[in-house]
Amino acid sequence: MDETVVEYIRRTVLKIPRDKIKAVLQEWDFLSEKQLQTIKFNQIKDNISYDVAQLCEENSADIKQAAILDIIYNYTYPNKRLWSVYQMRKTGGGTETFDLQVLKKKFKRQLRSVLKNVTINFREYEDSAIWIRIAWGTPYTKPNQYKTSYVVYHSQTPYVFISPSVLKSNLPLLCQALVVASNYHDICAMELRSHSLNSLKDIVFKTYSQNFQTYCPKPIQERNVAPESEDLRIIQENRSEKERIKRLNREVFGDGPQPQLEFAQYKLETMFKSNPKMDVLDKEPFRCLVKFSSPHLLESLKSLAPAGMADAALSPLLTCIPHKARNYFKIKEKKAFSPESFVTR
Amino acid sequence: MSVVQPFDKLPIPNSAACLLVGSDEGLQQRLAEALLLEKKSFKISIHLATSLPLPSERDHLRPRIDLIVFMIDIKSKYSLENVEASLAYVDASFFLGKVCFLVTGVGRVNSCSVEISAVWKLGEAYCSPVLFCELELEGIRVATAQRLLRMLQICAGHITGVSALSFGLLMRNSDDN
Repeated sequence: MDETVVEYIRRTVLKIPRDKIKAVLQEWDFLSEKQLQTIKFNQIKDNISYDVAQLCEENSADIKQAAILDIIYNYTYPNKRLWSVYQMRKTGGGTETFDLQVLKKKFKRQLRSVLKNVTINFREYEDSAIWIRIAWGTPYTKPNQYKTSYVVYHSQTPYVFISPSVLKSNLPLLCQALVVASNYHDICAMELRSHSLNSLKDIVFKTYSQNFQTYCPKPIQERNVAPESEDLRIIQENRSEKERIKRLNREVFGDGPQPQLEFAQYKLETMFKSNPKMDVLDKEPFRCLVKFSSPHLLESLKSLAPAGMADAALSPLLTCIPHKARNYFKIKEKKAFSPESFVTR
Repeated sequence: MSVVQPFDKLPIPNSAACLLVGSDEGLQQRLAEALLLEKKSFKISIHLATSLPLPSERDHLRPRIDLIVFMIDIKSKYSLENVEASLAYVDASFFLGKVCFLVTGVGRVNSCSVEISAVWKLGEAYCSPVLFCELELEGIRVATAQRLLRMLQICAGHITGVSALSFGLLMRNSDDN
């Protein structure tokens, strides 16, 4: 019986909010219903965690069960991690039937062939998502269970959501194993990152409410008049202007709630333009980094114009985030031959 | 582009009209509601605009404006620029006491993005009083509403013996050079 496994389980339990511990343990399905009944869930979390650890020791839990508990925790609270989206590409055509067992086997074999000391665990969920947890070691040390990488892979889609481990050097290994296991040829980062995994899914699977140009705005305008039944002594002078702003905003952002992103970053690499007589170095790009951050970036951008904090029709650089599916940009000088591509990868 | 005139229309007996210009509509609305809640002996109409000029298609519906309040949010540079741009559409005779600058968000030093000196300069250049307040706080909002109502009464000529001009001079800093 491994002491560290029990301690790992105990610490995982400590991370769960107290009123959710029971539900998570039930989902884990490692402790029997009878055992669960012996735990008093109304005591302080520290004591609950010791009780759980005690029971796990009785059941002689191994690292596999501990990993599954960790996956359940991360699945229930995905916002605790930072997720990046990767896109995989195929060079040739040809569709193969997806076999989860094959994927698991290939993935494990690929990783293990490079690094012996890794813990790999899988768990499937109903939404066709496969959660993969990887704990990394080195050739001489055991896997560090506290610095894990997570991969969420939706079969039949080329997108993978990766939450990298703090041990950054393992990321290329992980990407390679993914490409091999899922029969793709290439993988690249999409420059889209957020804590909210579901919002990332909404963006890349395009399931958030988008607005379409063909949509007729007439009935919505009528709906908007109703709630403004205010005192007759207050007169809005710019009503038509406000309606214009609302319409523009709706065209850009749509009606529904926005996916949740926390930041957008723009790296400027444009030339400094000056009077040639002033003899300022203008061969070097003018470097500058602009970062927008907010608990809910897209919603705050959406409310800028209606709140009167910015002119309507925001810059396309800000509004293109959801449909370009990226929130890290590099802005370079406009090239003469491709005037459209002011944003380059 | 129409310029707001102070004397282009005849006054309506026992009533006063106030024009609030500011980019933050939420605060504007709340201030307007606070103005309405105060007890008063005259009919008030409050006109809300995000910026000037006012749309000319409503000119015939609008009564004579007695007081223009330009709202500046200390947290937003845009609000100051907006006010500066709007000032061009106000007739010069308005600045004889019928304009005031209302600065909100005072006390939030951390998120301050407008320099107070810029606001003071604006007040000086346009010979108009600058009032400081925090409209997010209920108590200060009510007090500000009471102040503005009193000024509106004076500007509309409801107080005998005090004209907008004399009141404006009273509000000027005495140590102006």
